[in-house]
Amino acid sequence: MLQDKDRIFTNLYGWQGADLKSAQARGDWSGTKDLLAKGHDWMIEEVKTSELRGRGGAGFPTGMKWSFMPKESKDGRPNYLVINADESEPGTCKDRDIIRHEPHKIVEGALLASYAMRAHACYIYIRGEFYMEAIAMQKAIDEAYDAGLIGKNACGSGWDFDLYLHRGAGAYICGEETALLNSLEGKKGMPRNKPPFPAGAGLYACPTTVNNIETIAVVPEILRRGGSWFGSIGPEKNRGTKVFCISGHVNNPCNVEEALGVPLKDLIEKHAGGVRGGWDNVLAVIPGGSSTRMLPRDVCDTITMDFDALRAAWSGLGTAGVIVMDKSTDVVYAIARLARFYWHESCGQCTPCREGTGWMYRIMQRMVKGEANIEEIDMLLDIGSEIEGHTICAHGDASAWPIQGLIKHFRPEMEKRILDYRKHLVA
Amino acid sequence: MSAHACHKHFEQPKEFTFSAENLKKIEHVIAKYPKGKQQSAIMPLLDLAQRQHDNWIPEAAMEEIARILDVPRIKVFEVATFYTMYNLEPRGKHHLQFCTTTPCWLRGSADVVSACEKHLGIKLGETTEDGMFTMTDVECLGACVNAPVVQRNGDEYYEDLTPENVVKILDDLKAGKTLEHGSKSGRVKSMSAAGTTTLVEQAGKAGVAVAVEAPAGGKKGKK
Amino acid sequence: MPKLTIDGMEVTVEPGTSIIQAAEQLGIEIPRFCYHDKLSVPANCRMCLVEVEKSPKPVASCAMPCADGMNVFTGSPVAQKARKGVMEMLLVNHPLDCPICDQGGECDLQDQAVAYGFDRSRYREEKRAVKDKDLGPLVKTVMTRCIHCTRCVRFGEEIAGVNDIGVLGRGEHLEIGTYVAQMATSELSGNLIDVCPVGALTSKPYAFTARPWELRKVDSLDVFDAVGSNIRIDTRGGAVMRIQPRLNEDVNEEWISDKVRFSWDGLKQNRLDTPYVRTDGKLKPATWNEAFGAIADRIAGLSGQKMAAVAGDTADCEAIVALKDLMAALGCSALECRTDGAQFDTAQPAGWLFNTTIAGLEQADAILLVGTNPRLEAPLVNARIRKTWLANRIKIGLIGEQCDLNYPVKYLGAGAETLEELAAGKGAFADVLKGAKNPVIILGMGALRRADGMAIHALARKLAEAYNMLRNDWNGFNLLHTAASRTGALMLGFTGGNLDKMLSAQMLYLLDADDLPVDKIGKDTFVIYQGHHGDKAAARADVILPGAAYTEKNATYANMEGRVQTARQAMFPPGEAREDWKIIRALSEALNKTLPYDDIAQVRARLAAVHPAFAMPDQPLAAEWKPFGTEGKTDKAPFAAAVKNFYQTDSVTRASKTMADCAAAFTGSSTTAKTGT
Repeated sequence: MLQDKDRIFTNLYGWQGADLKSAQARGDWSGTKDLLAKGHDWMIEEVKTSELRGRGGAGFPTGMKWSFMPKESKDGRPNYLVINADESEPGTCKDRDIIRHEPHKIVEGALLASYAMRAHACYIYIRGEFYMEAIAMQKAIDEAYDAGLIGKNACGSGWDFDLYLHRGAGAYICGEETALLNSLEGKKGMPRNKPPFPAGAGLYACPTTVNNIETIAVVPEILRRGGSWFGSIGPEKNRGTKVFCISGHVNNPCNVEEALGVPLKDLIEKHAGGVRGGWDNVLAVIPGGSSTRMLPRDVCDTITMDFDALRAAWSGLGTAGVIVMDKSTDVVYAIARLARFYWHESCGQCTPCREGTGWMYRIMQRMVKGEANIEEIDMLLDIGSEIEGHTICAHGDASAWPIQGLIKHFRPEMEKRILDYRKHLVA
Repeated sequence: MSAHACHKHFEQPKEFTFSAENLKKIEHVIAKYPKGKQQSAIMPLLDLAQRQHDNWIPEAAMEEIARILDVPRIKVFEVATFYTMYNLEPRGKHHLQFCTTTPCWLRGSADVVSACEKHLGIKLGETTEDGMFTMTDVECLGACVNAPVVQRNGDEYYEDLTPENVVKILDDLKAGKTLEHGSKSGRVKSMSAAGTTTLVEQAGKAGVAVAVEAPAGGKKGKK
Repeated sequence: MPKLTIDGMEVTVEPGTSIIQAAEQLGIEIPRFCYHDKLSVPANCRMCLVEVEKSPKPVASCAMPCADGMNVFTGSPVAQKARKGVMEMLLVNHPLDCPICDQGGECDLQDQAVAYGFDRSRYREEKRAVKDKDLGPLVKTVMTRCIHCTRCVRFGEEIAGVNDIGVLGRGEHLEIGTYVAQMATSELSGNLIDVCPVGALTSKPYAFTARPWELRKVDSLDVFDAVGSNIRIDTRGGAVMRIQPRLNEDVNEEWISDKVRFSWDGLKQNRLDTPYVRTDGKLKPATWNEAFGAIADRIAGLSGQKMAAVAGDTADCEAIVALKDLMAALGCSALECRTDGAQFDTAQPAGWLFNTTIAGLEQADAILLVGTNPRLEAPLVNARIRKTWLANRIKIGLIGEQCDLNYPVKYLGAGAETLEELAAGKGAFADVLKGAKNPVIILGMGALRRADGMAIHALARKLAEAYNMLRNDWNGFNLLHTAASRTGALMLGFTGGNLDKMLSAQMLYLLDADDLPVDKIGKDTFVIYQGHHGDKAAARADVILPGAAYTEKNATYANMEGRVQTARQAMFPPGEAREDWKIIRALSEALNKTLPYDDIAQVRARLAAVHPAFAMPDQPLAAEWKPFGTEGKTDKAPFAAAVKNFYQTDSVTRASKTMADCAAAFTGSSTTAKTGT
């Protein structure tokens, strides 16, 4: 388990102030100018050394992503960094804590990452519902400007850097990086086709990198302590610390920073007070936010929480939003409610997702009551396969996965409901 | 979903002008974006309009935003109908947005909603006769470890709700009291209710409860 | 240049070519709904998914650029499965109402459903219903049929330049809509019907009148402006049922104006279907022989010097050359085609052609509009200007009447004074023109329909010369004509007369000429009117010879570029009416001046003899640059608009109820008057 000395977010729970002075007392903004002085490429190399993988769900190596950015502008287009704080994945509330309690880690990380990628401007896109969090974030930005940490000649480094906050307004899809860019440009949040990739033509058709806000927030500590420190935590290829969110049927739901690779059982029992009614009462766990397929009880016993282990278990780390369901759960409803989520949040541009999410949701509603045919269970899988992989972004895939997980692990329960409903009709 | 097809049941004001204070803010907002990219300011301006105009955006405000930003009106309309936080028709004084997505549902959001429905005599999607409350259900608000959660007027969250404490919130709002946002169960933010399991040294300095070691199945924390 | 393999065939393509385009080069058609080669690529319908080797997922072929070594399979099991899935999804909320849908028989969705659809629907939930929208008197909407391909939105934004249509809402509730129920106003709105792949947007006037397989399709030309847009006339039982565009990349691409698309109901109204002769002050029906006899009697012994002939705005080249030859045989040289009284030097073709060519506008980097509103005078030239602006954000200046163009225009001034200043190198736009590589001037009839037209013409030439608009590889000087007949008539030399004087000649022959000052025709002038509608001039005629409308004859026109094109007869003229050159040929015989051609091939040989360009169809006329115009004093009066009411500009459109409805709906309630920047 992660030791306190290796925890990055020492104010995760907001015991101390989020203001600049308190942040500095925690070590933020120390030696930033010196870090800048080591140069763009040093930073990218150090992040590569750390093996940091993006914290937004896909787990793409951050250092490699940064290295895609052009080193010089041949046509006058500037580089941009855009920070994704559109945290909306059901089961996930880690970014919220970082924003409201550790905003200076974000501001400092934004400066360092922008400098590494030769960007003079950075936008933070924060979900609209996080109004209080946006106020906290803006306060930190203003403080940093006033202290000369960002703005013209940031930290006295000679590098000009502007940081802006942009609020969303209620659309899960804006967490998808290209939808986010469209939203930031004042358009509907509809994902873009790739190519072109954002590193070639992103925000305002300029080279852009979009990083999750947690990814950015750990950058200063990585650069200060060295990439090899971060790279020494957690299993191979799954390095570093991660903020986990444990919600649902646990005794003490909470957020906690742990090492990647922590056993799921430890996470739940050590930090979240255990499952309601004890470990044996586990029905299933959704390990990485709503889009990841659920894990049945037997997998939960031994699974470790990292990208590769969860992928091998036919699921994913996603955003590390652990949703625990005990045996009292109507698991069909739990997934039907997620089906409604994906239907409601589909942007609507691609045919399969626009039409298929509603179709699946409506069948799932009937499945909750058992008002369906047995064959419709397989039809659900078939509809999912008509959506999965056939859309511009991964929303379509994500809408199919929870249902696949349900059918794989709880088909007998679904069949029983259908048969019970028939019996009830006959009686 | 914003109901762009339901314009008939209420009056659209003929004109809308931003307040002097908001006009200043608008200048500041537009300056955030590169020259010629003022379309980016549509969302912040819609938000300002909604805050200025009783928590909903009339058509006249969209026209005004299009004029200020020099973009076609349809572009503003498209954005306004895409995002769920923009209200294109009137809402009650307190627009309560109940998260009912799975993590909140697992923690009892259905009971919280029905307690409110019973107390206010309205269903989700309705507004009380006195115009005091509108109840809607929304998708995940991103505070899952503090579930169930409700948001008021797109601003503050009330967390760790129960059918009992949510009714008290309703009464307090009706009585015009100013409410603290955040957890209603008395716990510290997103920290385990049993006390922290990490950052022991910092907890000591801050005087925060530390959980009993390895409390498999345990519930109680200790100071 | 990337070289790739599609379905086992190798192809090398230009960089930036998409897979769907590359496949087309090989003759492989990949099904699509949202993709349209004249519009931007949203890749949202997902119908064109193909399998690409090494790609983990099927790829949208419309949006994926070809890369070297790519191996594409358009019909593999992966691609087939993806398409079948998409098709099933498209039909989830699409009403299966083909029997009552006007798109039936030419519906992309219907066609693809035959190829990729199931024979039954697995969807048992409730279907979506969407409220219809009001898009005015031309476009009918059944929005429940919409498959959200967004072609209409993109057409509006990118081609028509109307930002009134958008995609509202999101997800399953996505709707195509207008800004709070506002009508879309555009001269090109009918093209929405063509771009819509399903029956969501259909033609209101055509609604429920025919099925596509019942129609006879004939290639023809738009004669309502001087663009020469290529059209297809669909007839059934000798009546026009509808008119649609034909693709011609150099002229109209694949768009046409609403005027030609929807004015065909005017072909059935107010027609001249028998000859008339004025007897005792009243026009009375007559036989052809009686009509010819009346003419022969009246002009017997009359000197050709006292005769005059006018070729009207929609006259075809065959009729014009026949009339010219007849008048020459009668000794008459008072010929004119500029019924609007425009004054310009006709001696040098370079002075009256659209030299840059319509497609050539895409190379322009600065455009000066003088006395013209291209949006109303030639909507497809305007669309080309807009296209160029959209691609390169070129600078456009305007001298003349302020007007609502659908691209930003710098307003420079109202009349000749501004033009003079600019020609002298003064003013802000002088720098724009100086800095431009390919500058263009478009001189409209609004600047030339005035006494000082010759001087303006010369001034415009000076300006063109001053700003380097004339080079071996570039000619930026253009006249924007408003009449379909004009350039052809000028090429045939049907000009040189003085219209004012001609109107009081002893005998005046009006060929399809209504838009001239009829009230100024001399009291004693003997007027022969040859045309198809009982419009402005027929009432003043002494003899009426019923001719054919553009749909009813095999006819040649030259557009403003001098591009010679032919229209084919789609139906017969009504009653006794005949093709126009035949009437003149018959009359010549009655006057003992028999013209030496008996069939259309001979007439066309005569055309080519008069001007060789008539033997070289479908290409713009290249003219040598020589001085033209007569320098002189210019008038201070502002340039006036050449076309005020777009929908009613000639005898056919004035007889059309649809056009009258449009004029009332669109111009009557014209909302936004936005000009300049």
